[in-house]
Amino acid sequence: MRPVTLRRIFLQCSILVVILFVVVVIALKFGAVPVSLYALGHDLLRVLFGQSSQISSDYGLIVVNIRLPRILLAILVGASLSVAGTSFQALLRNPLADPYVLGVSSGAALGAILALIAEPYLALSPALSALLTPLGAFLGAAATVAAVYVLGRREGQIDSSTLLLGGVITASFLSAIITFLMSTITSGNTRGMAFWLMGNLSTSFQKSVYWFLGIGFFVAAGAIYTTANDLNLLLAGEKEAMHLGVDVPRVRLVVYIAASFLTGLAVSVSGAVGYVGLIVPHVMRLIFGSDHRTLLPTAALGGAIAVVFADTLARTIVAPTELAVGAVTAIVGAPLFIYLLRRRLA
Amino acid sequence: MSGGSVLARNANEATRSSADARLSVEQVSYAYSANPTQAPLFTLEATSFQAKPGEVVAILGPNASGKSTLLKLIAGALAPLSGRILLNGFVTHSLTPRTRAQRIAVVQQESLLLFPSRVWEFVLQGRHAHGRSLRFESDDDVMIAKNALAQVGAADLSDRSMDQISGGEKQRVILARALAQQPLLLLLDEPTLHLDIAAQVDLLHTLRRLAAENRYTVVVVTHELNLAAEYTDQIVLMQRGRCLRVGPPSSIYQRELLEQVFQTPLTVELGPSGRPRVTVLSDRQ
Repeated sequence: MRPVTLRRIFLQCSILVVILFVVVVIALKFGAVPVSLYALGHDLLRVLFGQSSQISSDYGLIVVNIRLPRILLAILVGASLSVAGTSFQALLRNPLADPYVLGVSSGAALGAILALIAEPYLALSPALSALLTPLGAFLGAAATVAAVYVLGRREGQIDSSTLLLGGVITASFLSAIITFLMSTITSGNTRGMAFWLMGNLSTSFQKSVYWFLGIGFFVAAGAIYTTANDLNLLLAGEKEAMHLGVDVPRVRLVVYIAASFLTGLAVSVSGAVGYVGLIVPHVMRLIFGSDHRTLLPTAALGGAIAVVFADTLARTIVAPTELAVGAVTAIVGAPLFIYLLRRRLA
Repeated sequence: MSGGSVLARNANEATRSSADARLSVEQVSYAYSANPTQAPLFTLEATSFQAKPGEVVAILGPNASGKSTLLKLIAGALAPLSGRILLNGFVTHSLTPRTRAQRIAVVQQESLLLFPSRVWEFVLQGRHAHGRSLRFESDDDVMIAKNALAQVGAADLSDRSMDQISGGEKQRVILARALAQQPLLLLLDEPTLHLDIAAQVDLLHTLRRLAAENRYTVVVVTHELNLAAEYTDQIVLMQRGRCLRVGPPSSIYQRELLEQVFQTPLTVELGPSGRPRVTVLSDRQ
């Protein structure tokens, strides 16, 4: 018997942090414009010491002003989607749950688009209107989870296949509405249809957005982490969890709101990037086990690694043009989903 | 018994140590309806019984007689329509899930696992209610879990995976998790359902021994008339939502009564242990 300890979690996470660092360096180096490792190290040190003004080279500008923020975005999106996926899997007791597969990402995208459309008419202060898109995405995500939850119930119980089917249909329906809206509305600032449906990380944002994403992630993921033990028990069923001392309605509410919020955060800045919340938790479960005290932090780091890596591929495979990062994650994720589904049915 | 004395006794009970676990089911009724405006689909009429520490109580009756409903009421998972259920003087339904899980352990018919865990991880789940919500298991928790496994004779299963052990072994591990909760009251809903005869006898024998050793009060819902007669102190006999009779096996196991409840011809005789034994007769005899 070797129960999970805080020390072991730190150890496992630090291994992942090292991997993340390596992937980030690779992501900084590769791209349409190649950068030498030496110049990279040199420029990064300057950034660290607050001397970014001294970076004169164009390469440095590309690395610091374009690639670095994009990598930061990839880290936050990957971690958010991965933690959201892990949470939905426990909440819905379905190992195939993922924000994208369940249509939650599409719901968040629709919410974000509606917020972007409404924004010019609301005459809000700039700070408030910047929050409007994530808020819309969160509400869209939360409404979709509720709808899929209702659709996925049969005779008062959540039925695994009905839930997935309900999610897929919801996703397809919401994508159709997004397509309709994007085709008819010609408002300038709603980004593109491909952005919302496939997801990409090419949009750059103001500095405050990264702060908002970072703080939002830590608050929501922290809230989910306080229920890590409860989630372990919830996997055995709600009745059993209750008999073991879990306050099931409270845990469900916390996880539902926080996971919807994380999905909304990620989608509002990157569109519907799929399968991250499905694959990463599965891989982490294989490596580190299914205890949520370990799984949640390792999945967050794993999600960051996966999306930074996928985005580097998306930027470089067909350079100088770019793939949507969502296309890369779907090419890897969809076959894996089929594999997991078939293994479950067998 | 007058109302005053009941209250006095309960106040007294609440202050006693946990070793004096006592279950008191007092005139408990329940009604279930799919739609509040319609007549209830199922009702449980006023049921009462008491159980002392170390006592094993069996709830017997045909299907749909209200056995599982009564067990859920005792577990505090359902709120009674009238009456109350006291454990050491506390109303079970009013306790928070955490406090309830520190006092009542429930072993259900089956335990589904989404991601199979190790046996020891599963047993450690029983420690959840003891301590803060986000916590890491202490050495004490590990020792309690080990003891629990040893008590059900499953210490050697500790490192096995939950999906690679037999039905009988699994049932013992689930029981060990309940023991790790260190409850006052142990509730079991048809624990022998998917077990072979040897495993059934083994489980009830274990329950009997645990009740005596740990001074648990055990309430078990079962269909096994002979095992119940052999291993329990008290029988609660149910039929169509009514509690027909409560008492020791010798007073419940009467031919006419059982034939009427179970709607089948049978004989009752004394077994070698001095406990009643039921033989179900086929219609042709």
